[in-house]
Amino acid sequence: MKFDIDSFREIGDSLLRNKRRTLLTGFGVFWGLFMLLFMMGGGRGIKALLEKNFEGFATNTVVMISTNTSKPYKGLPEGRYWNFNYDDLDYIKMMVPELDVVTPQISNWGVSLSRDQYSSSGHVKGIEADYCKIEEPKMKYGRFLNDVDVRQERKVCIIGKRIYTSLFPEGGDPCGEFIQIGSVWLQVIGVDYNSSSININGNSDQQVTVPITLASKLYQRGKNVDIICVSGKPGVKMTSLEHRIRSVVAHRKQFDPTDDEALMLLNTEQIFQIVDNLFRGLNFLIWLVGLGTLLAGAIGVSNIMLVTVKERTVEIGIRRAIGALPGEILTQILSESIALTLAAGSAGIVFSVLLLSLLEKVSSEGGQFLISFWTAVIAALLLAALGAVAGLAPAMRAMKIKPVDAMRDE
Amino acid sequence: MLITLKNVHKTYFGAQPLHVLKGIDLEIDKGEFVSIMGASGSGKSTLLNILGILDNYDEGDYYINGTLIKNLTERQAAEYRNRMIGFIFQSFNLISFKTAVENVELPLFYQGVGRRRRHELALQYLERLGLKDWAEHYPNEMSGGQKQRVAIARALITHPQLILADEPTGALDSKTSEEVMDLLREVNRTEGVTMIIVTHDPKVNARTDRSIHISDGLILTE
Repeated sequence: MKFDIDSFREIGDSLLRNKRRTLLTGFGVFWGLFMLLFMMGGGRGIKALLEKNFEGFATNTVVMISTNTSKPYKGLPEGRYWNFNYDDLDYIKMMVPELDVVTPQISNWGVSLSRDQYSSSGHVKGIEADYCKIEEPKMKYGRFLNDVDVRQERKVCIIGKRIYTSLFPEGGDPCGEFIQIGSVWLQVIGVDYNSSSININGNSDQQVTVPITLASKLYQRGKNVDIICVSGKPGVKMTSLEHRIRSVVAHRKQFDPTDDEALMLLNTEQIFQIVDNLFRGLNFLIWLVGLGTLLAGAIGVSNIMLVTVKERTVEIGIRRAIGALPGEILTQILSESIALTLAAGSAGIVFSVLLLSLLEKVSSEGGQFLISFWTAVIAALLLAALGAVAGLAPAMRAMKIKPVDAMRDE
Repeated sequence: MLITLKNVHKTYFGAQPLHVLKGIDLEIDKGEFVSIMGASGSGKSTLLNILGILDNYDEGDYYINGTLIKNLTERQAAEYRNRMIGFIFQSFNLISFKTAVENVELPLFYQGVGRRRRHELALQYLERLGLKDWAEHYPNEMSGGQKQRVAIARALITHPQLILADEPTGALDSKTSEEVMDLLREVNRTEGVTMIIVTHDPKVNARTDRSIHISDGLILTE
């Protein structure tokens, strides 16, 4: 048999003969593929949007916060308050060598800020220079704090986005300008536009970042610090270190190592893990539902093709009587099945891509919703295979039709 | 001899085995115009199916042009049917969603003849049968006589040596029957095609050169 334009016309003719049935059958496949791709793209986009919230934050960070003890220990009563101090930093680093950064933080809440006639409020965060490894700043202007700032207790600060816009409504580079924080004047050396939703101790929009040495003096903390942030060396799982950290701190600070309340540990790894697991589960569901729908569609195609073959017994018998080989009948039915699935599926691909690109446009955050080109190609190939499988049973039945059947079925 | 049957038996094995053909001996020469007569159930349709390689037989030998037609594969049977035999059916058996010309083209499509060439040939044959103006019409837009003429064109287009017609006038009125018989006769005469017509219509029978009566699976008289 020659495979020329008529072979395609044969396929088209038989598919278009019962348009409504073809349409309804194709819809199953169309919807299946549409669902699969649309949900895949949607899942991707939502994940990307969510991940944007965590941007710039080290994924293997543990934040340590001291609170009241809840158990008596070595003669000390419960309900005792304790504090981290500078000396703990080196001790923790020494006892837990897997840690990369161990950096302290001091916070002061509710400070009023002003410059000329403009005023604002926010909070002060005192940090060391290596804090940027925990929470990556996005410098709009100027620079971040460095070791010299910290060592020399320089009266400098970095301001958050909201503070910048309210104290410098005229815009422009504010570096070198002075702002009043409480009762002292600090020179602005940078503007941090970090908009991540994960922040330690307060929204970075309304934050004034100063050298920790300066903050200690300003707020008379002595050697005490509020928080210690640690992050693991590359490849270290913080979750597995949590227990060690807890017992090291408990030993040094004289509280019961089993007292989980005395030391609050916030492990970002766990947060990321939860999000990751959530999306893994979501992906599984997407595949399950998508492939399930697609499969149902394919079974629908197979079913309808079986009915069609039954209806076309006479026609197929005639074809056989005038010289069609069984293989040619097989090829024809298979081609019809593949053509139907492919056409319906392609419509599904196009429609889902259309909708996803629309979604991408609408989501101003710049979410990545579109599926990749190769996903679409693979989907198309998968469809062809699916069509072939769906057409197999009907085609086999068609092949078994004998020329005499055409005469018997009068 | 174009066709030679020697002691052909055929039994349908169902719930009750049915011995339909009980030893058929038959010879038909090239260019003959033959009718096969018989009551329904006499086995004449079965004989036609065997002659047309649409069905196989259990015992005996069947030769076309000296070639033994026995235990053929589907592929071989299809090949022989396509090259040597043309079929005309009582119910025309045109494919309803194809136009007249497409129906006529179909055997050539399965022979692998190019699109343009077979379209040309099909139009020629339709013209010969006086259906040129109906080439683009669908079967349901045509009368019985026209449909049968399309079917004849379809049977002729492969230049078969043998045309088997199963009650070709069974669904036609007497006037059209006459026309169709004239047509078949003309084809037989001008092309030298051997024509075997199964019928139980005495009028059709009367117009053939030779009639074979079959009864209860055996050939009665010649």
